[in-house]
Amino acid sequence: MTEPRHDPVKDPIDTVAAIVAHDHTTPLGGDAQPDRPPRSQWLDVWDQFKSHKGALCGGIIFILIVAGVFLGPLFWSIDPTHIDIRARNQGPSLTHPFGTDQLGRDIMARMMAGGQTSVSVGIAAMALALFLGSFVGVVAGFFRRMDGLLMRMTDLFLALPLLPLLLVMMLLFREPLNAAFGPEQGIFILIVCAIGITSWMPTARIVRGDVLALKEREFVLAARSIGTTNSKMITRHILPNVLSPIMVSATLGIANAIITESALSFLGLGFPPDFPTWGRLLFDGTDYLQQYPERVIWPGVAISLTVLSVNYLGDGLRDALDPRIRGR
Amino acid sequence: MLTFTIRRLALAVPTLVFIALVIFLLLELAPGDPMAQVPLTVPPEVKEKMRLALGLGEPMHVRFWKWIVQFYWIEPQVLIDHIFGTQFAEGKLRMISWQTRSPVMDIVAQRIPQTLWVVGTAYVVGILIAIPIGIYSAYRQYSWFDQLGTFVSMVGFSVPPFFSGVLVIVIFSVNLGWFPSIYDTTLQVVDWDSFVRQLQQMIMPVMVLALQITAQISRFMRSSMLDNLNQDYVRTARAKGLGEYTVVMLHVLRNSMIPVVTVIALGVPAIFGGAIITEQVFKVNGIGHLLIGAIQANDLPMVQTLAFIFAILIVLFNLIADVLYGILDPRIRYD
Repeated sequence: MTEPRHDPVKDPIDTVAAIVAHDHTTPLGGDAQPDRPPRSQWLDVWDQFKSHKGALCGGIIFILIVAGVFLGPLFWSIDPTHIDIRARNQGPSLTHPFGTDQLGRDIMARMMAGGQTSVSVGIAAMALALFLGSFVGVVAGFFRRMDGLLMRMTDLFLALPLLPLLLVMMLLFREPLNAAFGPEQGIFILIVCAIGITSWMPTARIVRGDVLALKEREFVLAARSIGTTNSKMITRHILPNVLSPIMVSATLGIANAIITESALSFLGLGFPPDFPTWGRLLFDGTDYLQQYPERVIWPGVAISLTVLSVNYLGDGLRDALDPRIRGR
Repeated sequence: MLTFTIRRLALAVPTLVFIALVIFLLLELAPGDPMAQVPLTVPPEVKEKMRLALGLGEPMHVRFWKWIVQFYWIEPQVLIDHIFGTQFAEGKLRMISWQTRSPVMDIVAQRIPQTLWVVGTAYVVGILIAIPIGIYSAYRQYSWFDQLGTFVSMVGFSVPPFFSGVLVIVIFSVNLGWFPSIYDTTLQVVDWDSFVRQLQQMIMPVMVLALQITAQISRFMRSSMLDNLNQDYVRTARAKGLGEYTVVMLHVLRNSMIPVVTVIALGVPAIFGGAIITEQVFKVNGIGHLLIGAIQANDLPMVQTLAFIFAILIVLFNLIADVLYGILDPRIRYD
């Protein structure tokens, strides 16, 4: 490892030195106290995260989008379903900053309402996939007897054609769930479950690999020797240590879920037509592509920007949570 | 290596049967009724007869067995008949689409060339762009080219094809008017003019698909090159006085290609799946388009068969990737 051109700091001792040096050059970096040598892991992580410009921008943009979408309607009080047929197909103006659609509905209000749905679907589906993935991964890694069975199941799920299956699920389960929970709630549950069930596999594989490595470490042996039970072992020793791959999977999961939901809506198999989501707005906008291309651009930019910011966030988190390259 | 390949082939069969069962049961247990579209004025006994005519009268396991037999036994016979002019499948019952009343496989065979043309071209173009980008970004890590490459591939990951597709339609076909926005599948390439038109209509879908492929593969190429550039054998090669070109392009590139080749193989079925949306945007008359149409028309045999074809592609290319990995990397021989 004496190739300094590609990797200026590779040695762990150098890494520590770099962190310390970094702290002394920025004595008043808010939370960085140079006079206090023992630093918590999360401070290191935060320092590394801050130095990744893209990740920081991504995080800020994602928070802004989420805030704008959920808090925006408090300030922008036009009802997204209010039809004003005399004000239809208007361009951008002060009363309607993004213009109005073919029924005179305010596009800015619809974008906010659509964003609420898209972001909620993304977060809920990510949470479900993360729960399933971590559960399968921890169980498979921790209990040797379950390993073969669960990993074969993961392989089988990875071999399923996901987008076609999602489309088929949409087709088949839409009506009964609509009848049971109402059109909006039903389709929300359906989309979240469908995306969650079809996207937990990568998380499970990564978590299993990490758990397998952790299980051989001395601290697990020590905990075992003082009689820690399996459930305590998992919750106190294993889970906190596999948190970083889970967090990275979480960001990528949000991005994946938002894109999948928009794709389903775009193919006409997502939310009902009068219920705006970003994908649905984009799909509706394609009919007016020739005359009003901006109607496609707004939701498209919103989806892309959200996913881009989340991806950068995940990239930065991965770097920040990896102790081998932290402080580089 | 041969035993490994045979073992993997043997394992692929139960996997495929399981996937077939999942697809079949999903369609079976779903509460939708294929007769729901039939008008209420049709009397129940006629409806019952229509049900029988669609092959819905028998118990579930019989139908599953019939479907498997049709897929694995009768359809290959039809293919052999078609190629060699034999009469094996004469008079045997084939899978019939509810939508068109013609054999499912015939329609699939009609649609596959369009998908292969567009998706295949995009895949080749994407790989050809991605590999040099990956090599150069790794060689000059953290240079402006590397930063730009990272940004472009992040954009490629993040912009979904239904947006990038619509965007290029707005730019190149609405505003500039260079390319047609709809892919014309009836176009026959007979002379230079029609060849130019074929190229023009292929550029936009290929562009959209190639962006995604380039984004993924250039990232893989870059990280794989970075892993190898710090290895001891590279230092040895430099120390014995080899030129920089030889070191990078012969020694490092060859070793870096090993994981990339498997990623390329693994990506092929995903491209078929991802192309569903692109085909929909550009109205390319391929199998993705066929699947969407079948789903909207509630044509279950077609949906079932197409989903299963996608599954076969995934299993097949997983197998190819595994075997390739063993062949390319002598350290990984699975015996």
